[in-house]
Formats: sequence, C-alpha cells, structure tokens
Amino acid sequence: MQRPSDFEERRKHLESLSDDQLKDRFWELAREIVEPLYDLAYTHTSPSIERSVLLRMGFSSLEAQAIVSAAEKRMLLGKGAGNLVLKYADLKNMDYISAGRHLAENQGWDELQQTLGGTV
Amino acid sequence: MGEQNHTLNPNEKLDVKEILTDLENYRPRRSGWTWRKPDPDQKLGPFEYKQTSAPLKRSVPLPASKYFGGIDPQPDCVITTEIASGRFEDDLRRMRMAAWHGADHIMVIRTTGQSHIDGLLEGTPEGVGGIPITRKQVRATRKALDLIEDEVGRPINFHSYISGVAGPEIAVMFAEEGVNGAHQDPQYNVLYRNINMQRSFVDAAVAKKIMASSHMLQIDGAHNANATAREAWKVMPELLVQHAINCAFSEMVGMKKENIALSSVPPTAPPAPALSYDLPYAVCLRWLFSDYKVRAQQNTRYIESDTREATVTHVLNLLVSRLTTADVQSTITPDEGRNVPWHYNNVAAVETAKQALVGMDGLKDMLEFKKDGPLPRQVREIAERAVLFLEEIKEKGYFNAVHEGFFVDSGLYPERKGDGISRDPNGGIAAGSIVEREKDYMAPVCEHFGYNNLPKGLSKPCDLIGGCTFCDRDKIVYIDELDPEDNVEVRIRKVEQELPENMIKPEVQWKGDGYITLTIFLPEEEEIAEYASLEIAKKLGLHEPEVIHKGIMHPSEGTLVEVKGIVPFAIDKTALVIPEKPKILSEDEIRDYIAKNPMKVVCGTVGEDEHSVGMREIIDIKHGGIEGFGIKAVYLGTSVPVEKMVDAAIEEDADAILISTIISHADIHRKNMERLAQICEEKGVRDKFILVAGGTQVTNDLALEAGLDAGFGRGTKGIHVASFLVEKHKELKAKRTGEGNTVDED
Repeated sequence: MQRPSDFEERRKHLESLSDDQLKDRFWELAREIVEPLYDLAYTHTSPSIERSVLLRMGFSSLEAQAIVSAAEKRMLLGKGAGNLVLKYADLKNMDYISAGRHLAENQGWDELQQTLGGTV
Repeated sequence: MGEQNHTLNPNEKLDVKEILTDLENYRPRRSGWTWRKPDPDQKLGPFEYKQTSAPLKRSVPLPASKYFGGIDPQPDCVITTEIASGRFEDDLRRMRMAAWHGADHIMVIRTTGQSHIDGLLEGTPEGVGGIPITRKQVRATRKALDLIEDEVGRPINFHSYISGVAGPEIAVMFAEEGVNGAHQDPQYNVLYRNINMQRSFVDAAVAKKIMASSHMLQIDGAHNANATAREAWKVMPELLVQHAINCAFSEMVGMKKENIALSSVPPTAPPAPALSYDLPYAVCLRWLFSDYKVRAQQNTRYIESDTREATVTHVLNLLVSRLTTADVQSTITPDEGRNVPWHYNNVAAVETAKQALVGMDGLKDMLEFKKDGPLPRQVREIAERAVLFLEEIKEKGYFNAVHEGFFVDSGLYPERKGDGISRDPNGGIAAGSIVEREKDYMAPVCEHFGYNNLPKGLSKPCDLIGGCTFCDRDKIVYIDELDPEDNVEVRIRKVEQELPENMIKPEVQWKGDGYITLTIFLPEEEEIAEYASLEIAKKLGLHEPEVIHKGIMHPSEGTLVEVKGIVPFAIDKTALVIPEKPKILSEDEIRDYIAKNPMKVVCGTVGEDEHSVGMREIIDIKHGGIEGFGIKAVYLGTSVPVEKMVDAAIEEDADAILISTIISHADIHRKNMERLAQICEEKGVRDKFILVAGGTQVTNDLALEAGLDAGFGRGTKGIHVASFLVEKHKELKAKRTGEGNTVDED
C-alpha cells in the first residue's frame, strides 16, 4: 500500500489531548489490539505447546516429538498431549511415563482413540 | 551435588573438559534475572560517582586506570555482550574474558535456521553464525558462567532466544536450566522469520507464561525494524507500536512489567545529525514506556567494516543512554559489519560501554531538557504518529495490518511507501498448525497458559502426575549427544591433535583458527592498494588472505587496508626465549642500602629533545622516583649534549649516568646510547659509572648492545631503576673488593 502523508489531517482529533491523555490512548489501543490475539492463544494449542507439556511431565524431547506427531496425525492434539498420555495410562493401568513411551513408539493409538470416541 | 567444589584460578585457563564432566547432575544455582545494585554515592579512589555499582572482585580495568590508583568503576546498568562463534566450547573462554571487562549479560546467538526447527535440538553440533541451542550447551554454559561469576564476584545473566516455531519447548528448557533472560516477541517470528502469525502468537502466550514463572527478563525484537528498514529513522512510530504490542500481550499473559524490556536502538548514525533524531525518540520511548525496562541496543544499521566509525556511533548511542536511561546497555562488537565477531572485539565493545558510561557519570545532574523547542515538539509528534498507527491497526486488526505490509515500511507513518513486509495470515512456516483446544483439553503441568479443563480440587495442576519438572527437577530428561560425529568431544579431540598443549596459534574465535590481521597503508589508489595488500599477505605466508576493510585516505595518495589471513604454523611456547624480568627490591631494602652507600646520579634528556616527563617520573619523589629512596639526582634538563652529561658526572663524582631519549626518529636513541658508552670509554671513566638509558623505544637488550649497563622502556617506575642501581652498585663493589684480593675463585 502506498499513500502520501496525511499526518496534519489525521492528527486533528489528537491535538486537544494532553500528553497524559495521549499516553493513555496509546496504551488503551495497544491493549485493544492484542485482545483478540490473547483470545486466540487462550483457546488454541500447537505442536510445540503440547511438546512443552510433555517435557514438563518428564518426557525427553525425542519422546515428546513422537507422541505429538502421532497425536497430530490422528487429530487428537485438541485434547492435549498430556491428557492423552494420562488417559492411555488409565486405560492400560500403567504409570504415565511407560504409557507415554508406548505412545511414542506408536503403540496403543487405536485403542486410545476408541476410548476417546474419536473417529478418523 | 558437590558441583561447586571447583573454582577458577585466574592464572589458569578454563578447563572445558571439566565443565563437560558430570553435566547430567548439574543443577543451576538460581533462576531469574539479576540487576546490578546501584550505589549513588560511591567513592572510588579520589572520586565520587553517581551512577555506578559495586566493583568486581577481579577485573581488567580501563588502560588509564593506572593513573587513578587502579580503580575500575562499574556502571549502574547491566552490560551485555553477544557471543556467537558456532562452537560453544570456545565461546566459554570468551565469556570469561568479557566478564573480566565488565559484561554481566551474556547473550548467546543461535545458529542460522534454528528458528525454523519444529522441536528441540540436542547435543553439541557445530553452528553457523551462532550455536544450536540445546540443553547440553545451555547447561554447560550456565555451569561455566557459575564459575566465572564467582571469579569476578558478580552474578552473570545468561540469555538466548525463545522464538521460532519451538518457543514453548525452549521456554521450558530455559526455565529448567536457569537461563536468566530471553528474546521473545511473536512479531519477530512473523516479520523476519516468516513463521505463521497465528502459530506465533499462540506459542508466544505459552512461552511468555513460562518465562514469567521463572522471572526471566524478556527482551523484545523491535530493534530489528531499525536494522531492516531502508530508512531506519522513519520507522520510529512503528517501533513504539511494536514495543507496545509485545508489552501489552506479555502483560495480559501474566508477565510483570519489571520483567519486560524494550530492545531500543537509536535510529540514526552520523553523518545524519544523529542526536537530533535519536534523543527525541529516546525521550518519547521512555515517557510512553515508563513502567518498563529499557535495553539500549546499539545502532548496527549503518555499520560496515570501519571499526572506528562503529565505535564512534556506539559512543553517541551511549550518550543517549546517559542522557535518558538504560537498564541494560547492549554492546555490538565493532567488527560486526565484517565477520562473526572476534574475541577481542567483544571485549572492545564492553570496554567502550564501560568507558563511556563511567566518563558520563553524573551528567544528568548537570543538565536538563528544554521544556519547549524541538525536543518536546518531536517527542509529541512521534507519540501522535504512533497513536495514529495503533488506531489504524485496531481498525483493520493486527493480522490484516501485517498482511497489508504495514510494518517495516520506509515511509514515516502515516506515509506508506509500499515497501513493508507483508505476510499472509494463513501462510508462512507452520501455517495451519494450531488446533482449537477441545472442551476436555487438559495439560497436567504448572505454569501452563490458556484453557485447561483440570479436575476440581487440585492444589496445583501437576498433582495429577506427582509433580512436573518445574516442581521436581529429577524428572528432567537430559540427553547428552545424538550425533556421534558432530559433537564437542570430537571437536576437542581434533583440536588437541592438531595443536598439542605446548603449541600456540593466533585465535580470533576458535582455538587454533590461526587468524591474524595486517594493517597496511599503501600510497596507492583503492584497487591497487587492495590487490597489493593481498600480495603482501601471501608473500608473508598467510593462507586464505582476505581484505576486511579499506579506508580511502585520498583518491590517489593512499589507502588503508586491513587484511586477515591464517598463520600456517604454530609456536612452541616451551621453546620461547623470554628475557628474565629485572629484580625489584623492596623500598626498605633500597633505602637501607642507600643510607649505608650514598649514591649520586647525573641525569638529563639527551640530544635535541625537549621532553622531560619520563625522566622527571623516574627522579621525582612525588612520582615515586629514585630521590624518594635517598639517591641524589643532579638533573641537567633537556636537550643536553651527551658529552656534557659525562663531564658533569665526572665533576659531581657521580655513581651513575641516566639518560632519557624519548621521541626518536632515524634511530637517534640508539646512536645516543652508543655515544654515551663511547665517550665514557674515551675519557677512561667507563668503569666508574653505571650507565643507564630510558625512553619509550629503549629496551634492555638495545641498551646492552649499545654498551650501557641497562635500558628501561615504557612503564618503568623509579623503583625499577633504583633496584637496578642498587644491584649493580653491589656488584661493582664486590668486584672492586674482589680485584683487591690476590686470588679470584674464577
């Protein structure tokens, strides 16, 4: 987009603002701009986010990578990768680290998916 | 356990192998950022400082410090150095050097392309223009910095990047490994790395929440607009907008204002009238962002190969910092425009910052900004333009504004030139990779941002798994190496084979790289000078010579050329012949001896030389000169003929003659020394006098060669000369007594 400067025209409504008011306006606008971005972030996740959850649960980066890739393929990421690991651990009645390692080795996904009621 | 039983010895090199030992059991000693503690009324030597912090336990002071009792005042703000050679094992040594010169924020640049890698890297592969950030590298670096901070006596902040498509994972790893600060700004991903914008903001929220939980200092990426825009001073309103977007987003996610730093760069450089742009911008920024921290970055947009020019620009940037504020003062190496920075240029940049900041200590107490005129007018104008920019983004929505190329446009907003960076909201790296969290989405870990359907009644989310890594470190999985070839152990072994411990080679970034620089002036025009310089380097035997800088002195009269090249040999340090240092006696020892054996010396500056400073330093009591030890000095003044010196010594019945020959062209200093010895021989008094010469170009070897008894060069103090006179006097006395005996042992 190209356009010449229309600063003098455009700034007219700011002219009457004091410096403090201008500063308040600056921050008010900044917050309004990021609100939808915040909402997007609040309601969404990503492969990296889910791997970060698995890391915090005590999985290695390699295991986290494998679990999240498999979950992504099966469109299960929206449930949370950590959640999937815990569900599978419940299902198999094993500790969650072993459960996660099964999933990282690409085992048990069909079974997990059935209990979650997902269809792919 | 027991990881702190190792300390550094200033006289020994950092043992990288020791750093790499037992890394799997290393635990960082703290997390979060540490500021220096300003002491607004510090007394150091004869001075009082307003803007300094506690001195270091060990440091290398500025060169002129020796005239001020060795003081090394440390500015009040944190000083950054960016280190990025590609081999972290060599970077560790550079970090130690930088810390000794005053850096307490070590920023590690990532290898090219890491921001596009979807996941964590492991091990210690070699990088390009930076290092691959991995757990092992981070852990080893933090471990080394623990030792270095103990050595210098000040906490060192370790910093790298939480950006790219693996931000959340890197944030977790950094929090676990005690990294103290990081760059995090989704706009950087979008604009400069072409990573999908939705993914960037979704990831950023999680990463920022984790950073907030470990009190890391966040630095944004706005300064990149300065470095990218064609006319960098025109992006000032946009810079404020970018800072504001990242600040507002970070705060909303839970980061405290005090942990948010703006990466701010003065937008211009000479020959622009820099301060008339940079200062209003800096004042405007600090006014609008008064609750946040400022990381004052230096202008790199206009740096090319001239390190002198870069340094002057940086000093002007430092002036802006001192006229306003800076919480973190960044430094850019003066060779940034030439190559991946070299060891000593990191040190040079840190020294520039320290020197300039200390030199401007208290400046603001003497000045105030005018309440009217160009400064407030421009401050207001920049702020208004930024507000208008925000208004338009608000109207369009952030993603659409980026799509339309609103950012990094070289028009001064609201003018648009149409050369901004445009990104498709649904395009870029990792497009389509975000997923909506379902109703039953759950993450059983602490410090997780966003919707999380946790069961009710938990005291913390990780109760579900008996603790997450933030609550139980033992759960962290440490991977050592994945690549059997590309790793630090292999690299170290190879270097050890090529360069055994006793052998040394020049080094600019990697051990044994062999690089040196030649500075050559040729009385020729640019092109001839360039190619002639390369020939010179080749004839000197340098491998891979390359011109790294040219400066035109005059279109036809001459060119300055700097050439780098690799030295094709190593030096055996065990075979070096190093002259023994002259013996220094204690002051009491000298005084006692002189009291029992009074000595008289005749001194003066010889030849056509009006300099007297050096000689007076050696003689005068108040400079710690030889008179202070009781030696009588007969000073004949400057431009004394050598013959007159000898006659005066005979007349005064002196024990020694001290001549000073300071500034000397055409070998005059050597000739004067030879003449002194010769005249004494001719007059038959050579054995009677101790003959000593001093001066900037004099060395002991030169003096001995000329037939004198000793020569003293740069840095000589009275006590050195007095010690020599006493020792020589003793020797002569013994000899004379010996001559009286009939039988010599020999």
